[in-house]
Amino acid sequence: MSESTSTETQLAGGAVQELARDDLERKKFLKMAGKTMGAGAAATGLAAFIAACGGSSKKSTSTTAAAPATTTPSTSGDLAIVNYALTLEYLEAQFYDKVIASGLFSGSPYLSTLKTFGSEEHQHVAALLKVAMSMGTPAAKPTGKFPLQSAASVTKLAATVENLGASAYLGQAGNIKSKEILAAALAIHTIEARHAATLNTVLKMSPTPDGAFAKPMTMSEVLAAVKPFIA
Amino acid sequence: MTSSKIASPELALIEVHGMTRSAFILRGAMTAGAVYGATAVGPYVSDALAASGSGDIDILNFALTLEYLESNFYQVKGKAVGLSGEAQSLATMLGDQEAEHVAALTKAITAAGGTPVKKPTFVFPVTDQASFLKLAYTLENVGVGAYNGAGPSLQNPAYLAAAGSIVQVEARHAAAIGLLTNQPVTPNGGFDKPLTKAQVLAAAGPLIKA
Repeated sequence: MSESTSTETQLAGGAVQELARDDLERKKFLKMAGKTMGAGAAATGLAAFIAACGGSSKKSTSTTAAAPATTTPSTSGDLAIVNYALTLEYLEAQFYDKVIASGLFSGSPYLSTLKTFGSEEHQHVAALLKVAMSMGTPAAKPTGKFPLQSAASVTKLAATVENLGASAYLGQAGNIKSKEILAAALAIHTIEARHAATLNTVLKMSPTPDGAFAKPMTMSEVLAAVKPFIA
Repeated sequence: MTSSKIASPELALIEVHGMTRSAFILRGAMTAGAVYGATAVGPYVSDALAASGSGDIDILNFALTLEYLESNFYQVKGKAVGLSGEAQSLATMLGDQEAEHVAALTKAITAAGGTPVKKPTFVFPVTDQASFLKLAYTLENVGVGAYNGAGPSLQNPAYLAAAGSIVQVEARHAAAIGLLTNQPVTPNGGFDKPLTKAQVLAAAGPLIKA
């Protein structure tokens, strides 16, 4: 089992930002990371994260790019997915923290709902962090940046983020090898869906924007969508 | 159904082969009796629901039974109690979506060479909009738990993707009804508990007449 070093942790955080940049840079980074992580670095979360995000444009399939020789096949994909989810949950938790601290919702009937949702995202962070640590190196906490102009614009942003989160989990369900991790992902996936439906309804939009069947999003699609929110 | 009162694990070891309806029911009965004991299966539970075993087709049929229940609830019972305003428009939309789930699951089971369960007859003990919405909330939340509980047992990744796509919508339904009726949109907190078949049967079984 790899030990968590500050360099690896920084790299993991850097990976999120790198992958969120444009496609050309992302491909260059993947090539470089494959070489860098090859020798000596044991099955790190970073390497698996990169391998799992190997640029597939197909929905919900994970391709392995230049996976390092030391990656453990049976768990590396799962750790990458857990770290991906953890990154998104970190962002969501930070978002709600900032929204509540902003005071934009003081006196609003929705304040308690936002507090509840924020607390639930923090629960997700805690659970995923624990799982990631048990498997290898957890993703570093990203620094989020969110425009907080008005209660209305923030509610819209919350809805966007939650719908994205739901699609992200759905997109990975088929890629998870461990039944236990799959069960955890399913248990979180439907919470994001509940959050999304609630916020949509508050905004007088449909709670089911995709109709009877929710649509998954790939890791690349989601990372591109959250790119504006990573400092 | 077996008459034993104690859960008997050895029953699960008895293999029943074939996809005839009686084999299906017997296999399911063995499984249900082995794991949950006959007492978990109430007098009003349809054989089809209780008979769900562990194979993918059995799981899809279990889901299909629940979707029949929900679509019937919204589309038939909803009309019967007489809904108005937001409750009516929400019930209409949700019922249409549950009906789409019925169609998709039926198609998937047939394509897999299985026999879709026949639509059961239901009895919903609700008399007005308030009691209707209360039961809707319960049913949607049970649906979420049922899919989350069964999901990891699915072997075919295509079915897992479909189940995920459907369960997300059930969760959205549950939240929408919760919001409408001032009930928690996340009644389970940060994690939606997976339900076992026994737990689903306990909640939904009494509503199934045959």
